[in-house]
Amino acid sequence: MATTPGAASRPRATQSIVDDADVRTFDATGGDWSDIAEEAARLGEERIVVNMGPQHPSTHGVLRLMLEIDGETVTEARVGIGYLHTGIEKNMEYRNWTQGVTYCTRMDYLAPLFQETAYCLAIEKLLGITDQIPERATVIRVMMMELNRIASHLIAIGTGGNELGATTIMTISFQAREQVLKIFEMVTGLRMNHAYVRPGGVSQDIPPGTLEAVREADGTIRKALRQLEDLMLANPIFKGRLVGVGHLNLSACMALGMTGPVLRSAGLPYDVRKANPYCGYETYEFDVPTSTDSDAYARVVLRLEECYQSLRIVAQCVERLHAMGPSPVMVADKKIAWPAQLAIGSDGMGNSLDYIREIMATSMESLIHHFKLVTEGFRVPPGQVFQTVEHPRGELGVHLVSDGGTMPYRAHFRDPSFNNLQATSVLCEGGQVADVVVAVASLDPVLGGVDR
Amino acid sequence: MTGPEATGAELTGPEQGGRPSIDVVGVRTGMFGAGDTGDTSGYGGLVRAVVMPGPSDRPYGGWFDEAADVLAEVLEEAGSSWDAAIENVVVDRGELTLHVRREHLVEVCQALRDDQDLRFELSLGVSGVHYPDEAGRELHAAYHLVSVTHGRRLRLEVAVPAADPHLPSTVAVYPANDWHERETWDFFGIVFDGHPALARIEMPDDWPGHPQRKDYPLGGIPVEYKGATVPPPDERRSYH
Repeated sequence: MATTPGAASRPRATQSIVDDADVRTFDATGGDWSDIAEEAARLGEERIVVNMGPQHPSTHGVLRLMLEIDGETVTEARVGIGYLHTGIEKNMEYRNWTQGVTYCTRMDYLAPLFQETAYCLAIEKLLGITDQIPERATVIRVMMMELNRIASHLIAIGTGGNELGATTIMTISFQAREQVLKIFEMVTGLRMNHAYVRPGGVSQDIPPGTLEAVREADGTIRKALRQLEDLMLANPIFKGRLVGVGHLNLSACMALGMTGPVLRSAGLPYDVRKANPYCGYETYEFDVPTSTDSDAYARVVLRLEECYQSLRIVAQCVERLHAMGPSPVMVADKKIAWPAQLAIGSDGMGNSLDYIREIMATSMESLIHHFKLVTEGFRVPPGQVFQTVEHPRGELGVHLVSDGGTMPYRAHFRDPSFNNLQATSVLCEGGQVADVVVAVASLDPVLGGVDR
Repeated sequence: MTGPEATGAELTGPEQGGRPSIDVVGVRTGMFGAGDTGDTSGYGGLVRAVVMPGPSDRPYGGWFDEAADVLAEVLEEAGSSWDAAIENVVVDRGELTLHVRREHLVEVCQALRDDQDLRFELSLGVSGVHYPDEAGRELHAAYHLVSVTHGRRLRLEVAVPAADPHLPSTVAVYPANDWHERETWDFFGIVFDGHPALARIEMPDDWPGHPQRKDYPLGGIPVEYKGATVPPPDERRSYH
């Protein structure tokens, strides 16, 4: 391609074409496609730069793809991000440590509990209280994260299918995800943006009936997963679109820092839950599925298989929580534990009357602690930590720096979608335009996490 | 009612073998962030140094010593040396941080990636931290590396002055750092020399300034009430 005469003057996706007077620019708005097609045919130029997104239904949010295409072949693909940048990391520097949870839960909005947990694990490491987190809180965290993983993978599979025109795949996935969201609503009060995991534990214990609801959802989700398998895995159209598309071998994955299902589809069984366990994952029984096909189809199969593995972990959590009985879900240290005790009253959820009676009528110390923790927060000794968890999309890292104050000095999230999007060029170049959608969907980027 | 002027000069960390102490990164006074109004907390005269965990001495514990020995050996073979490349080693909260001099960053990365006893083949990216009070070392870049082979992880930290914020790019060793370096440039203004396309990534291309720096001005909120405004968060009274 480089040897073609005049190649340098041709439009390139990575180069500004605005200043180049020789290049014709077609405006796709307000015109008629037939005029554009006619003019393109008259010029005899097959190579065009197409701007896909940032508002495009198949880019999983506000992702901008700049594609240079030659006929139907993508010769160059570049990614533009930043359209959803909201400065969450900067905002966290001006809120106390506990308030930070409400910020990081909004990053990757399809997997909020992973950011919350990773952030809280990092704070707990900075405080040196990792060993004091109550067992019940840890098991609840694991159960919520694994349910969240299922919900996230179902979205990945469902929207991926929808982008290929298979609406049924999406409706089945979303119905199954609804089961998970119902449990989330029951436990945290919200379907997303939970702020449920808090430094020192979780905000409140699971309400009565949760374990039964989880057991019930297990069956419904399994049924949906079977349906999805039946619909997709032997479907000639689905296989025709996905098999061999978005190929990324192991060395490319390692070079580009890919983690999660994309890395495992290239054959490396690297999973943070096994490699560097947190939240007691070493005590759960589950497998890390891998494939060596390195393509989009393998990633779908792996995501489905990971849902089953997550269900296995969830079942173990339910068993443990059932056997455990009522016990604390927040660290015992009164200087750290968030004091509010919530209860459902006649006018909705609020501070429990018993708790209000305690701080207002019986215990001056409780009132002081409540006041100090809610207005000032707790102080974290200076230092820095890097805590990673296995996010549905790969390895999520939290780099937290404390200067000894009540607020994070710096909070950085290494979001797996952000890193994985770097592979877009390698996945798409040389393929067909239609394969771009499949390749990007196989990375499963969530732009809230990418841009933060 | 504000306390006596604190310079922080009297507050320094322990000296380590003639090396300049790098652990004092700032000084905080009083209890509230804002100094213009009276500090009614009773702690207005409080002066505290912000001291980061200082350099560790051997033995570092666990596999840290072995990895340090191997790294020293590999650097030696490559014609460099441990003392030239590594400023100091901080072991804190079970994590190993190597403070690297910027000229030696790429060769340290190369050694960490390629030597079979180190094999830190996976890079989890770069993140910046701004310490405006640390004269001559205002901007820090932290590199998080993972060895899948050996199941280890460590952090490299490089400090550069804000007046000369140049670092060699590590993209040739870890292509994954491409976007992470762009992000660090975007937010902190650290220039990664040799990066293939060091453009802004999150902020618009024509954005002035680097928003994650601590001295980046924050916006207040105008309130339509007799010209009042809500001050930016760093000027409000708040515990800090």
